[in-house]
Formats: sequence, structure tokens, C-alpha cells
Amino acid sequence: MSSAFPLMANSGASAVSSTTKSTAHTPAMTTSGANALRMKVTKINFYYGKNHALHNVSMDVATNKVTAMIGPSGCGKSTLLRTLNRMHETLRHTRLEGEIALDGVNILTLDVTKLRRMVGMVFQKPNPFPKSVYENVAYGLRINGHEGRLDDAVEKSLRRAALWDEVKDKLHKSAYALSGGQQQRLCIARALAVDPEVLLLDEPCSALDPVNTAKIEELLFELKPSCTLVIVTHNMQQAARVSDSTAFMLNGELIEFSTTGHMFTTPSDPRTEAYITGRFG
Amino acid sequence: MATTPNAATPTDFTVSPRSWLRRWTGADEIAHFITLVAAAALLLIAVLLVYQLWTLSAEARAKFGWSFFITKTWDPVAGDFGALPFIYGTLVTSAVALFIAVPLGVGAAIFLAELAPPKLSSSLTFVSDLLAAVPSVIYGLLGVFLLVPVMRTTVQPALKKTLGFLPLFRGPSYGIGFLTAGIVLAIMIVPFVLSVSREVLLGVPRDQREAALALGATKWESTWKVVVPAARIGIFGSVFLALARALGETMAVTMVIGNNPKIAASLFSPGYSIASVLANEFSEATGNLYLSALIELGLVLFLLTFVLNGLARLLILVTTARGSGVLPT
Repeated sequence: MSSAFPLMANSGASAVSSTTKSTAHTPAMTTSGANALRMKVTKINFYYGKNHALHNVSMDVATNKVTAMIGPSGCGKSTLLRTLNRMHETLRHTRLEGEIALDGVNILTLDVTKLRRMVGMVFQKPNPFPKSVYENVAYGLRINGHEGRLDDAVEKSLRRAALWDEVKDKLHKSAYALSGGQQQRLCIARALAVDPEVLLLDEPCSALDPVNTAKIEELLFELKPSCTLVIVTHNMQQAARVSDSTAFMLNGELIEFSTTGHMFTTPSDPRTEAYITGRFG
Repeated sequence: MATTPNAATPTDFTVSPRSWLRRWTGADEIAHFITLVAAAALLLIAVLLVYQLWTLSAEARAKFGWSFFITKTWDPVAGDFGALPFIYGTLVTSAVALFIAVPLGVGAAIFLAELAPPKLSSSLTFVSDLLAAVPSVIYGLLGVFLLVPVMRTTVQPALKKTLGFLPLFRGPSYGIGFLTAGIVLAIMIVPFVLSVSREVLLGVPRDQREAALALGATKWESTWKVVVPAARIGIFGSVFLALARALGETMAVTMVIGNNPKIAASLFSPGYSIASVLANEFSEATGNLYLSALIELGLVLFLLTFVLNGLARLLILVTTARGSGVLPT
């Protein structure tokens, strides 16, 4: 499986461009294997006003794998993550150039609400709604016109997020009564309720203690067969533990993208090596 | 209070003679004292107010007792005084005002906080804040010269034609009356509802909006089903602030309500409010009983504001507990 995506997709003009340059976006994906690639980022540039935040980034997101993004603060990893479900559009004066494909379809051509249902997101700080546990999970189902029994769908999502046993007796209590780790898993359950193909996680453990971090990491393994995961993390050990492939970013550029094993043992770029050995960042 | 830590550990620390002074100059004690005085002064003013209203209305209270609240006549010549028409007028005009102002103010606040471009939002808010500062007599003039003729010639006949089957919209069109007073009040309180609601909506954390959007909610779904419910308590607060102003508003209401102490189901009918009758008749009140009755009306207005605010707070508690599924346990 790991051979299906390139070991290294350097920024600037590199070998990856040749596969997509000649063909239109839809067939391009089928040739590279529809099963292997869920998302494909091709030479995107991103601007906050005049600030050029992402430079020519190209990256693949493999189906049912965990893709991690690491790098120092402000390197653009969260920005890149947010472009994957167009969350950047909630900010004013932003501009995205280049192409991002989901299952071979340019996401800019999709209806944004439909896209975000397929590409869900979990945020850095747990952000449950000020409602009950049940209502938090049901929210996404309701707005998407869920048919069938809501109770079953809520239970299924909470089970998938490994939270059911802890909250089944307090479904109608405030979500704020849960611990931070439980709140974050509730947010994961809420995102899973609409059954996304891809789940984006923006430093989901940065506000949690090690025990809850371990629970979330375990959860990522359990979700992998049913969901494609992209995780931004500050924590290199976390990337090494949970991901199948890792992207290292620096100053808005994607420096190196390869399998996690490869990246952490034999990095190709001296900057990657410097970062993962703790010489900066 | 300041000495307790020293008392607890008497030996370990040598208390220098300057430490007492330092604590004073270090401002903690001073700040505590000053803020305490400010808070106490507020309480004192409220207590004094009630005390004055209570003692000065003694004669009327002794003569009419509880029947003051349910008597419909107000006849200074015969010395017969009842508060009911004024209570009715105050409540009806305030209700009409809220009925119009709340949807308008909250709607505008949602637009300005969530949907409008920031520049438009801040300039419109500035205009709204200006409107809140316009003296009420100006609104009264606006009512008399602009609203009353329009009501008489256009609005009231049209309402009669369309909604005339309701007792609310029957009777002759005078132009002045409960409805006109309510509309003028509504215009006056919209800026309050708008300003406070907008601030509260803007205060809802960004991550709440993002959570909804990331689930595939549209902008409107995120606003209406997440942001507005989260801001609900603050929006209620803005409504109570507006209600308090509507209940006590004097000048503008006096100019358009008709100043006729009667109770009528029709909103077109002239009426009277507590604040208006106080303003109109206080200076010409002859005789102690007349004066005392007017002061008791003031007491009634005070109680009315108090009770309505209490009910409103109760409403908040009940709706937040039920609506959100979040009980403060």
C-alpha cells in the first residue's frame, strides 16, 4: 500500500507534477488508483491578504490511512488542513490557488456544505455546543435531514468515538459536564455522526493530558478502517505513533512527504532531520 | 480581615510596622472600601426611594387599600382614585412596543453581527447607538407630527379593513392612542435591543460557528441553530432592558397616548400610562389625597418593574433549562 503514494513530494517543480499536468482532474485520479488516494493536493498557493502562507504545496492523502502534518508553529500546517474542507473560506481576504481533489473531483466545484459533510473536522480546543451530549451528536444529523431513528445514529457515533460507555447514563446532561478528553471525543463523535469520508484533526490533543491523548490515539487506529484521517500535530512522537505517512512543513513549504517510518529514520532533507532530532522548532 | 494570615502564623513572620501602611498604599484595602461604598450607595438609593414612595403615599393607601389596584375611576374632583387604567395603559403600550421591537431589533442584530460586512456593521451600529441617545421628547414630536396623521389616515383604516375581526383593531381612528404610543416606544427601544443583542452575538466564540460549519451547516444554520441559542440569555437581557425603558418612558408616551384614563380593548383607543399621568398631573395636584394617590401610582410603577423583571428572570431559568437540555445541576 505504501508504494502507492510518492515517497517524496517536494515543493517547487518536482516529479509529482508530471502525473497530473497532461490530464484533466477526474481521470487523473483513476489512473493513480481510486482506492489508494482519497485526496490529492496539487500545487496550491494560499494567501491571507498579502501574506503568502502556502507555497506550491502538493500532497496526497491515502485512503483509510493516517496522514500527519508536522512542523513548527506558523509553518502553515493548520492552514493546509483547513483548505482540505474549505474552512479557510470562513475568514475574509483569503485566496486559494491550485487544485485539491476529493475522490478525483475538484473540491472547489462541490457545494461547500456537501464537501464539509464528506470532510469533517475536529478542532484544537474541544468545542462542544452548550447543549446536551445527545444534542451535540444529533446536531449534524438534524441539519443534514437524517432519516431513521436518531437514537440509534447517536449511539453508533458515540460508540465509534469510544465514548458510549462513559456517557450512556448522562446523554441528556450538559456536554460541558464532561472532562476535556471526553469533550474532545464527543466532538469526534459529532463529526463522525454525518459519516464523513475524511476526518481532519487540527492538533486534537494539544489541550489534553497524556492519558486522554493516548485514548484519542487509540481511537484513531480504530477509525482507520472506516475513515481517512489527516492529523496536524505539534508532537513528533504522536506523528510517529499514529500516522502512516508524514508531511513536514516549514515556512509555508512542504519540505518532505514520505512514509512515517522513512521520515523518522532516514529523512531526505537536512531540514527535516534537524527538526525531528530537535535542533529547532 | 487583613490580619487573619498574621494571626494564623504568629511566630514565623516578623510583621514590620510598615506592612499595614503598605497594604493601604498597595491599594487593596482602599479599592475594597471605595467599591464597597459605591455598591452600598446604590442599595441605599433604592431603599430610600421605596421608603419615600411608601410614606408619602400613606394617605391614599389608608383610604383605598388594595382596591386602588382594581378601581377604574380617576376623579380628582370627587376625590376618587384608582390605578387600573394607568396600569393597563402602561402594560398595553409596553407589550405593543416589545411585540414590534424585539423581532426588529434581534433581526437587525443578527444581520449586523453575523451577515453584514464589518464596515457596514460598525457604521450601522454607530447610527443605532446615536438613536438610543436621542432625547425622548424628540421621539414624541416625531410621533405627534409624523406618526399620528399617518396612523389616522392610513394605518388604522387599513388595519380595520384587514384585521378588523379582532377586537384589538376596532373603533374610531383618532391617530393617538395605545397603538401609536406603542409604536413610538418600539422605535425608542429598538436601539437597545439591537446594541446589546449584537454585542452578545459577537461574543459567541468563533469555534462554535466553525464546529457547525464543519458539519456541513450553512451559514444560516450555524447562525440560527448554534450562535443565536448560545446568545439566548444575553438577548433576553436586551429585551428586559428595553422593557424597563418602555415601562417607565414618560415624555414621548404622554405626547401620543391621548391622556384619557380609560380601559378599552381596542388599540386605537386613547389611554393613559402611569408615567404620563404623573408627569401631567403632579404639578397641579391639589389636596393631600390627590398628591398621595399620584405617589402611590409611582410606587405601583416601581413594583410593576420589579415584578416583571422577576418574572423575566424566572422565564430565563425555565427556558434555558428546558431548551438546551442543560440543567444547572
